[in-house]
Amino acid sequence: MDASIAAILLQDGLTNGAIYMLLALALVLVFSVTRVLFLPQGEFVVFGALGFALLLKGQLPGTVWLLLTFGAMTAVFDVAAAAPRRRAAVLLRTAALNLALPSAIAAAAWLASRHPVPPSLAALIAVALVVPLGPMIYRIGFMPMAHASILTLMIIGVTVHFILVGMSLFFFGPEGMRAEPLVGAGFVFGGLIISGQSLLVYAVAAAVAAGLYLLFERSVYGKALRATAVNRTGARLAGIRTHVAGKLAFGLAAAIGAVCGVLMVSLTTVYYDSGLAIGMRGFIGAVIGALVSFPGAAAGALAVGAVESFVSFFYSSMKDAALFLLIIPILLYLSMSRPGAVAGEEE
Amino acid sequence: MIQRRTAFCTGLAALALCIAIVPAFYVNLIAYIGLYSLVAVGLVLLTGVAGVTSFGQAAFVGIGAYATAALTALLGWSPWMGLLASLAFSGVSALVLGLITFRLSGHYLALGTMSWGLGLYYMMGNFEALGGHTGIAGVPRLPWQWLYAHAGRAYCALIWVVAVAFIVAVERMLASRKGRAIRALKTGQQMAESFGVNTYWLKVQIFTLTGLAAGLSGWLYAHYIGFVNPTPFGIYFSIEYLFMAVLGGAGYVWGAVVGATAITLLRHLLQDLLPKVLGSAGNFDIVVLGAILMFVLHRARNGIAPWLARRIHAPRLAVPSRLSRLMPRRPPGASGRPLLELEHVTRRFGGLVAVNDLSFSMQEGEILGLIGPNGAGKSTTFNLITNVLATSAGSVRYRGRRIDSIGMRAVARMGIARTFQHVQIVPGMTVLENVALGAYLHGGKGLAAAALRLDRAEEAGLLAAAAAQIRRVGLEEKMHEPAGSLALGQQRLVEVARALVPAPSLLLLDEPAAGLRHLEKQQLASLLKNLRAEGVSILLVEHDMDFVMNLVDNLVVMSFGQKLACGTPREIRSNPAVIEAYLGGEAA
Repeated sequence: MDASIAAILLQDGLTNGAIYMLLALALVLVFSVTRVLFLPQGEFVVFGALGFALLLKGQLPGTVWLLLTFGAMTAVFDVAAAAPRRRAAVLLRTAALNLALPSAIAAAAWLASRHPVPPSLAALIAVALVVPLGPMIYRIGFMPMAHASILTLMIIGVTVHFILVGMSLFFFGPEGMRAEPLVGAGFVFGGLIISGQSLLVYAVAAAVAAGLYLLFERSVYGKALRATAVNRTGARLAGIRTHVAGKLAFGLAAAIGAVCGVLMVSLTTVYYDSGLAIGMRGFIGAVIGALVSFPGAAAGALAVGAVESFVSFFYSSMKDAALFLLIIPILLYLSMSRPGAVAGEEE
Repeated sequence: MIQRRTAFCTGLAALALCIAIVPAFYVNLIAYIGLYSLVAVGLVLLTGVAGVTSFGQAAFVGIGAYATAALTALLGWSPWMGLLASLAFSGVSALVLGLITFRLSGHYLALGTMSWGLGLYYMMGNFEALGGHTGIAGVPRLPWQWLYAHAGRAYCALIWVVAVAFIVAVERMLASRKGRAIRALKTGQQMAESFGVNTYWLKVQIFTLTGLAAGLSGWLYAHYIGFVNPTPFGIYFSIEYLFMAVLGGAGYVWGAVVGATAITLLRHLLQDLLPKVLGSAGNFDIVVLGAILMFVLHRARNGIAPWLARRIHAPRLAVPSRLSRLMPRRPPGASGRPLLELEHVTRRFGGLVAVNDLSFSMQEGEILGLIGPNGAGKSTTFNLITNVLATSAGSVRYRGRRIDSIGMRAVARMGIARTFQHVQIVPGMTVLENVALGAYLHGGKGLAAAALRLDRAEEAGLLAAAAAQIRRVGLEEKMHEPAGSLALGQQRLVEVARALVPAPSLLLLDEPAAGLRHLEKQQLASLLKNLRAEGVSILLVEHDMDFVMNLVDNLVVMSFGQKLACGTPREIRSNPAVIEAYLGGEAA
């Protein structure tokens, strides 16, 4: 291997790594606000990716029906919770957010599947189809259990994963899909071909990372969001609406996931069940950041991308195995560097 | 209500009958349920009892199955060597994973095992020497052909013999000295450590045990069906094992069998039924399974087993009638030094100084009261003495030896026992079992001894010691009730009894009288006086001034992390600074 191959591998790895970084940031975001280690994050990626690919082919993604169903279920949950108090404002808001909005997005998707639309609009609709799923999943699956232990929340995440991946096969079929890059052009830089798509990935990743940094480190609201994870009761007493915070975190995570999907589907083939393996790459990155540090998670995920790229060059069949077994040295490092964590109570 | 032994024997008889007479297809199903139960019971132990979880148990099954398949089918070794290899590989992998993960919070094990399980799955699938995705065929049968005759009914019975034996062993372990400590892991790790339990090593041990059980299941599986491929060892099976434990009832050992049966039958039913209704385009069976499990977690978090357990009458833990069998107390130190000395002890939390340059000492055989307004740093001082927290500066000496930074367990071994400001009991265990936790350091039998019932004599001694202290604090009536059902004041007495069991030389009581009725307070006061007469030294944090003033020999008054005054109750009563800061009109 010479320097030019290494440079190509590194560039390739960083492109994937940037996507994993977005996922890792979304996972840390959700964990630090809701204490949920959200294993189905990868399903948002798959829904975004395959929804986008289908729209480009002029087909209506089945996730439309999932969006409408989950919206109706969320509305039922909200109405059931609000009914004894007859709060009209709550009912109106839930109807608007969970019935009207999904219907509007579904209608847009239907139109886009009937008439050719520019890829950027298709990408926008594909993301819009996924974003409301985040708050809905929080409302149905996690909000009733907001005080449960981290482990219980994690197991609920697994049940969500089962539901989503089972539906995914129904919506998208067993065949993998790929899409044309959103940005076709590219340029040559010192013998290295840098595609427009990878530049787009870098730009989006940088923008999202900067946005999250501003939100959590520089704004009062972001700090309030983090407070809810540390102490829900205390945060409530301080006037933070913890469930709104939870929905917001899940909405952001869904948006980030779907954007990753749209970016990813033109880099690699995405299958209906790719979600877990994709999400897990984000988790490995997040674990490197000890699940709480945004910069740590970002750096970790970039490293995951680079390792993946180099391993697949030398020993492609062992790419996934090596990547996932990487968790062992990472955990070893963490446990060596944080010896005081023993006494920490689970909850 | 059915007696437990009756339920157990009826269950076994019904199972044996089923294996003998059902059609061949169901024999296979029952065999699988047995194999699954063996794995699921490990997850009950982890998730339901110890409060940690693994998303990678199927990988351990895979290691067990592949180890024996590779050795027997590829290299021609005997299945018994295969068994050794299965256990060695699965056990060592679990041990290593446990060793590196349990220093971190519990959810790291979940993520770690999931990632590791995925990695191993891809490795099995891509490792050509192990047959890649096709796997290894021609795994030889066990040398007893009769196991495989008649649709493998005998093999199915063998699987169940192993599974039931393991479950009974786990049940016995949980009813032992170490088992009580395991059951405390979920809610009271700190408490367990303060009675000398090495919670880290205990978790590593039980995780290794579950890995071994999974490996054994893999070995049984490989020699049952005769070939292995990666599919049944993937992440979905790991998750299903977890679902079995959750659905069955994560706190109940036999819930593993209930869960394994329910999930296996449910999956077969769904895979039969759903394609007829909804077509075969989606994986609707896992959608329904996921929805059912989510519902169970939301609405019936303890699963099915508690519902069954209510119908079965568990026998009471037998308490040996000998009243005493008290633990030997350490002889007092010969030196003339004070028992406990704090010198310039300081503890900072970020910018907050909770304890600031605190110095005091207490003599052998005295009751020293530590009083002060809320937030004065009393409980922090307790935590510094018992090493729950590390000191930022200063030193703590016990009988002349420095004990700051020796660790909670070492403090316990020196004969210091404590109660907690926020009661730390295991709500689901009986009062007797909770108090017996205090005797942890006085026993030495491990999990293996418990499984084989070699710990009975020692166990009787520990329980007798616990029962004696329960009688002493006046909770004899409640001995066999779940500690969580007691009133708060009584729970505090449970803590006092638990702290007395190890026969401590120094007893630290954090607000023991809070929540007690007047009469109970008087009884507690006379108990503490008796203990003093026996030579026990007591450091006491308490807000009830009548209680404190009539009991203690000396007082240390704290305010804002600092020592405000010290002296006899009479001196403190008339100390102007104390009256100003704390006692106010009460002392006037």
